[in-house]
Amino acid sequence: MKIVVCVKQTPDTAATLTVVGGVASWGDAPLVLNPWDEYAVEQALRTKEAHGGSVTAMSLGPQAAKESLKQALAMGCDEAILISDPALERADSLLASAALAAAIKRIDAPDIVFFGKAAVDTDTEVTGPQVARRLGWPSLNLVAAISELDPAAKTITVERLLEEGRQLVRSPLPAVVSVVKEINEPRYPSFMGIRKASKAEIPIWSASDIGLQPVPEPALTWPEVIAPVRAEQSCEFVSGETPQQQAAALVERLIEEKLI
Amino acid sequence: MDFSLGPEHQMVQKMVREFAQKEVAPFIQEWDRKQQMSPEVLPRMGKLGILGICFPISLGGQGLDFISLGLACEELEAVDTTLRVVMSVHVGLCGLSLLQWGTEAQQQEFLIPLARGEKIGCGAFSESGAGSDVANLQTTAKQDGTDYLLNGEKMWISLASKADFALLTARTDSNPKRRSQGLSSFIVDLHSAGVTTGDIKGKLGVRAGSTGWISLQDVRVPKESRLGEQGEGFKITMSAFDSGRYTVAAGAAGLIRACLEASVAYAKERKTFGQPIAEHQLVQAKIARMASDYEIAKLLYLKVGWMKNQGVRNTYETSMAKQFATDASFNAASEAIAVHGSYGYSDEFVVERYLRNARGAMIYEGTNEIHSLIQAGYALGNRTDKALRREMPAYEPQRWQAEAAGIREAT
Repeated sequence: MKIVVCVKQTPDTAATLTVVGGVASWGDAPLVLNPWDEYAVEQALRTKEAHGGSVTAMSLGPQAAKESLKQALAMGCDEAILISDPALERADSLLASAALAAAIKRIDAPDIVFFGKAAVDTDTEVTGPQVARRLGWPSLNLVAAISELDPAAKTITVERLLEEGRQLVRSPLPAVVSVVKEINEPRYPSFMGIRKASKAEIPIWSASDIGLQPVPEPALTWPEVIAPVRAEQSCEFVSGETPQQQAAALVERLIEEKLI
Repeated sequence: MDFSLGPEHQMVQKMVREFAQKEVAPFIQEWDRKQQMSPEVLPRMGKLGILGICFPISLGGQGLDFISLGLACEELEAVDTTLRVVMSVHVGLCGLSLLQWGTEAQQQEFLIPLARGEKIGCGAFSESGAGSDVANLQTTAKQDGTDYLLNGEKMWISLASKADFALLTARTDSNPKRRSQGLSSFIVDLHSAGVTTGDIKGKLGVRAGSTGWISLQDVRVPKESRLGEQGEGFKITMSAFDSGRYTVAAGAAGLIRACLEASVAYAKERKTFGQPIAEHQLVQAKIARMASDYEIAKLLYLKVGWMKNQGVRNTYETSMAKQFATDASFNAASEAIAVHGSYGYSDEFVVERYLRNARGAMIYEGTNEIHSLIQAGYALGNRTDKALRREMPAYEPQRWQAEAAGIREAT
């Protein structure tokens, strides 16, 4: 099977987002492989282990995103491709999906493309489904298990995790699958993988390499990010000699504050 | 000179950190209280390749370098000292001694299963009456045909009850010209007839680990299991310490870091006199000392790792790294308790365990007093390194990572 897994480099989840002059900033937080994507990489590797083939990790991002691709290689992916172009720097999900779909089309006959459910920084949850739409493939999102996969018959059956329960969905391949964390437990990179990844030369595909010319303007821009209003907290003790008096004093204060 | 870690080292660090933090940290307090080693630890470390991190691939290892070994030890001890102790004895004392001194047959028989994590190794030198005074050890190995018969008892042996093999030094000559010439080293199969082992309870620290004794009664060891030549045991033991002490030094740097991280977090959270205690200058002084000690300990061990990679003798530097880092880790743990106040005295918080764990490393692998003497010896010019019959091979990535061909044949 030809398996592709799309990954993104994001700030570490422990990082705090601050707003400085209307612009969102993660400060100097370490950049990591988007945690949701670790599950996608793991599922791609398990699919390869079960059915043979190869796994290509693909990322759209700046040069530094190579580090996240190296993490995917260290976990066991066979190759990695970085799509990087100044014109794609401020991509919204529409533009990101256009770039990823264009790059996937350049890969020889992929059978399945994995995504993590969302990226922890932008959190749109739509890049996977948008890529599916652009490729004209079925989109299977919120996938918590792959119950059956038949590469010869080119079919897949997945369990989607919905609020109401699980939904079994059967689909032809190729398809785009976005996974949730219930699907597996991501492995650590192996030392062998680390050695391979640290030496890997990761090819960079520009917008023109993937045939995305001219690069469309992003439909969305973020003119300003507004930090949530910081709640002022203070503590006040109500007093009274007896519990009844304390309760009465509390009720009085709550009415005063128009809370009841 | 380049002080940055490359991508390979960074990924090694991250991988070992994730293992220790995710799989061990949540449960370590429980095992420490029980005074038992979690049965998960050794198999998981083996499966992840940590137990064979710095051995050539052709000898069952992962083909990484000595700096990777140090980084792994730092990450392991940042969670619990017992994890790093595994590396000290399995990789440091036993495995690396086989790499340095072993014949090809011995490496095939013993090192490959150790490096793959299929078998566990330890180092058995100390006895109830001989720790620092190695040359005075009493366990005997008498020749009997083509075998040796071993008798005696080893004490304070980490992983004594868990290991499959021990690198064990015993007396082969009761009346040598020089005391140190009467010793020889053996790889002893701890499942042999006549071997009994047990754990020591009631230790101050490393309670989630295994420290024990090995008793030998007419244990038959074939001549082929003697490491090095007869009478070479003292040199082999000392060179084993050059490897073991490096892991202790790197681990202690991790313990200082753990004290620092716990203290910083607590100092920002805990308030006295209307402000976080991190605002108080005397608390800041403690934190500053931990931060600088961590940097010093790290620089010292990374330099030793670099020397080992180059194949340069490092007894002096390893001694300094071990002594400095273990003294500093004990101080950092004590100060971390001061930062935590009364809570630091309770095992609800991690720092009391750090203090108990830190103390042992000032005693084992050469007491810190012995290390002062070693360093003084070098500084005064009374001590120099003599060439060994076999030196630890330098790290050569191509050969270490080649799938076939042993290290020795390729030279």
